[in-house]
Amino acid sequence: MNAMTRTTAYEIVQDAIREIVPDADFSAVGPDDKYREALEIDSLDFESLVELLAERTGLRIDEDDYPRLTTLGDAADFLAERQS
Amino acid sequence: MGEFRMPALGADMVEGTLTEWLVKPGDVVAKGAVIAVIETSKSDIEVEVFEAGTVTRLLAEPGDVLPVGAPLAVIGEAVESAPVESAPAESAAVQSAEVAAAPAAETVSAATEPPASTVPAAVEAPPPGAGVAPLPVRTEVDASAQATRPAGPPHLEAGPLVRHLAHERGIDLATVHGTGRGGRVTRADVEQLPPPGNGIRIRATPYARRLAAELRVELATVHGTGRDGAIRAADVRGASARRHEEEAVRYPAAHKKAPERRGTDRTPQAAPAPTVTAGRPAQGGASGRRTAAMRRAIAELMSRSKREVPHYYLSTTIDLTAATQWLHRANRDRAPGERLVPAALLLAATARAAREVPELNGFWQEDAFVPADAVHLAVAVSLRGGGLLTPVIHDADRLSPQDLMARLKDLVQRARRGRLRASELSGGTLTVSNLGDQGVESVLGVIHPPQVALAGFGAVVERPWAYDGMLGVRPVVTATLSGDHRATDGAVGARFLTAVDRLLQNPEGLAS
Amino acid sequence: MNNVSNASGVSKQTKLTYREALRAALRDALAADERVFLMGEDVGKYGGAFGVSLGLVEEFGTERVRDTPLSESAFTGMGIGAAIAGLRPIVEIMTVNFSMLALDQILNNAATLRHMSNGQLSVPLVIRMTTGAGRQLAAQHSHSLEGWYAHIPGIRVLAPATLRDARAMLAPALADPDPVIIFEHGSLYNLAGELDGGEGPVDLTSAAVRRSGTDVTLITYGGSLPKTLAAADLLAADGIEAEVIDLRSLRPLDDATIMASVARTHRAVVVDEAWRTGSLAAEITARITEQAFYELDAPVGRVCSAEVPIPYAGHLEEAALPQAAGIAAAAREAVGGHG
Repeated sequence: MNAMTRTTAYEIVQDAIREIVPDADFSAVGPDDKYREALEIDSLDFESLVELLAERTGLRIDEDDYPRLTTLGDAADFLAERQS
Repeated sequence: MGEFRMPALGADMVEGTLTEWLVKPGDVVAKGAVIAVIETSKSDIEVEVFEAGTVTRLLAEPGDVLPVGAPLAVIGEAVESAPVESAPAESAAVQSAEVAAAPAAETVSAATEPPASTVPAAVEAPPPGAGVAPLPVRTEVDASAQATRPAGPPHLEAGPLVRHLAHERGIDLATVHGTGRGGRVTRADVEQLPPPGNGIRIRATPYARRLAAELRVELATVHGTGRDGAIRAADVRGASARRHEEEAVRYPAAHKKAPERRGTDRTPQAAPAPTVTAGRPAQGGASGRRTAAMRRAIAELMSRSKREVPHYYLSTTIDLTAATQWLHRANRDRAPGERLVPAALLLAATARAAREVPELNGFWQEDAFVPADAVHLAVAVSLRGGGLLTPVIHDADRLSPQDLMARLKDLVQRARRGRLRASELSGGTLTVSNLGDQGVESVLGVIHPPQVALAGFGAVVERPWAYDGMLGVRPVVTATLSGDHRATDGAVGARFLTAVDRLLQNPEGLAS
Repeated sequence: MNNVSNASGVSKQTKLTYREALRAALRDALAADERVFLMGEDVGKYGGAFGVSLGLVEEFGTERVRDTPLSESAFTGMGIGAAIAGLRPIVEIMTVNFSMLALDQILNNAATLRHMSNGQLSVPLVIRMTTGAGRQLAAQHSHSLEGWYAHIPGIRVLAPATLRDARAMLAPALADPDPVIIFEHGSLYNLAGELDGGEGPVDLTSAAVRRSGTDVTLITYGGSLPKTLAAADLLAADGIEAEVIDLRSLRPLDDATIMASVARTHRAVVVDEAWRTGSLAAEITARITEQAFYELDAPVGRVCSAEVPIPYAGHLEEAALPQAAGIAAAAREAVGGHG
């Protein structure tokens, strides 16, 4: 996999969320907002999201990393950082 | 051999819309195969067929709104489309000879195992020593009689004993699949049904039924004021008026337009797309209408519960240190798709506690408690955009947390996509509501009649906790129980909650 | 209603009894058509067992008002023959119980001859008979067997329950080319009142709404009509508005009027002095479920006589028959939810 820019990572996170919440409206969710609350993503959805992210980035994401996926910005940062 | 009918997908269902067929005439279907999608006020439901056979004829078209029990398709015996049916008489003898040469066991298995094998299976198994004598060819009489029967009121084949039994149990025979000769409903068919609660015959006058259909009021949500609780026209009008008031408040714009899709309206926009992959054919106004209908159904059911069920509430805070540690260990080596969330352990503990305290696992019927013979957990699943469904995890007390997790994920996903199956929405014996993800600490829920209890869980939170004379910070959860005081007293509920607590202190025990 | 006199010069506000109304109709018929004659037991010199034909033999003579031997079969058969031969006989049978002796003539001859003669014969016969209980005449004079006659194709069965119908049904019955049976309920003979609506012709096919209401339809006929109207008054005091239908014609039944009313009220109670089993009440109930099932908001109720031979003792007889209180109770049961 090519080096993932933060922008790409951000898009990957958004795409994955869209798969779980098909009508997710990102216009209301800023990079620093807690998207789980805004988009009604419960713990089961969140597990699915982690699964998708791991699949698509090839990265290992442990339970201990979950706090780093709290906002879209954090999640993008985390993925870009872990990849590099 | 028989008719595939509009199933009762919940106590509040009086009619459903056939959204799509997943089979066509001539298709061979296995028992349990999903063959159609039915839209109810709550959801799109995938509906299974309860017998193996061949789809002889489809009696309804997508878009048709049909009452529960209405025939939708004729399912013939698995072998009906086999070539020998139409084969000329002279070749039948030849084929019969071939069959006779084949081992009898093979012929039998061909007849019961779709898809049909190359053996012309329309011939009954030869009696031992039948030699090459022409074998009796199964006639098509039954199938054609079924196929040409007008789609009028369903004719119920059942003896007086069975009718009596069904009546006693509040089972509508029209919804029972008959396994007897010629599709007759046998005693065993009735006896093996899950306890009614979904599918109870509703007492309503003919006029009230007609009015309910005209006003789009779901009878199961109406409180009857007539003799023995019969629903009368005035009850339906009252429910309709209340609904209009609610809708006017809730959906002012939609209320004005009121775009009702009825059976006669089969415009392309109204009809669902005829594609098998379409997840939710009803969009826009239709989904808004469904949301409103679901709201009404919930409103009526919950009102009835609060009106008729004297609730008592218990609550206890449970130390989840052991459970959390166990989960953490268990998840460490798991791929993301296989990790467990605390809910899996909470469900496991609830299901086992329900087995330990059977007084809470069952139904209040006709002024008496009827215990269920298994633990089927109904799990409240909130839907995006409002409303909730309660898909059922059957035999939950026998599933490991791992299996419960898998079932839960699958059910929640499909509930939210409107892809639940009929069997997954019925038979719940105890409901669990977990609002932890929504950030609250305790749930004092409303019982789903005729069940007699509801277990609630809040968020797993860290709190100061005294343990062994010391104060520490521990993960805890507040478990609650709403109990029907007619069926049990607080002491029974307390036993249940302490059992949940005890089970959660030993997560290894739950996993084994 | 205005107060204009009709063609015969009699004011429609004339006060009279049901018996007098029947007598006036007989007198009119005898005067109007020479082919008309009355016969039966004691209709002449005695003036009729219930006094209906009092004075008519003096007015029209023994040729037109004929006393007959005590043989219902014989004089009913004579009436059939006379009708076939071109006369317009009115046969009076003392009570419906005794009409059993003439049933062979009525069922096997009067009702069948048009059919069996391929329309060559018609039997323009009118049979009047008393029916019903309430006068302590015991079990051989008190039964209500109208339903048995209403069972028979080929005859028309009427049950005048008002002065107006008592006065006006006879003329069209005589004009009917087929047999007509008119049931006069014994308890009505002394019913007194004013002849509302004049003496003009009435139809023999439609039921009449005697009282309008919105909550429940009470369907009745003959001697039960006054009791049913009284029940409607009781119900009105409770705020229940009952619609009362007087069938008038028991064969044919006016389904349209019944169903239209049930479609308005969604509840029905049939009041029938006959026994419940196999009764007109049963027939009407069946028709309602056939034709107006989806209008029903309650099971169709029935108020009928106890299934016993009508008792002689006054208190027992009263207990055996439909009464206003029982009718009102059945209506309340149907309306239910009000309470």
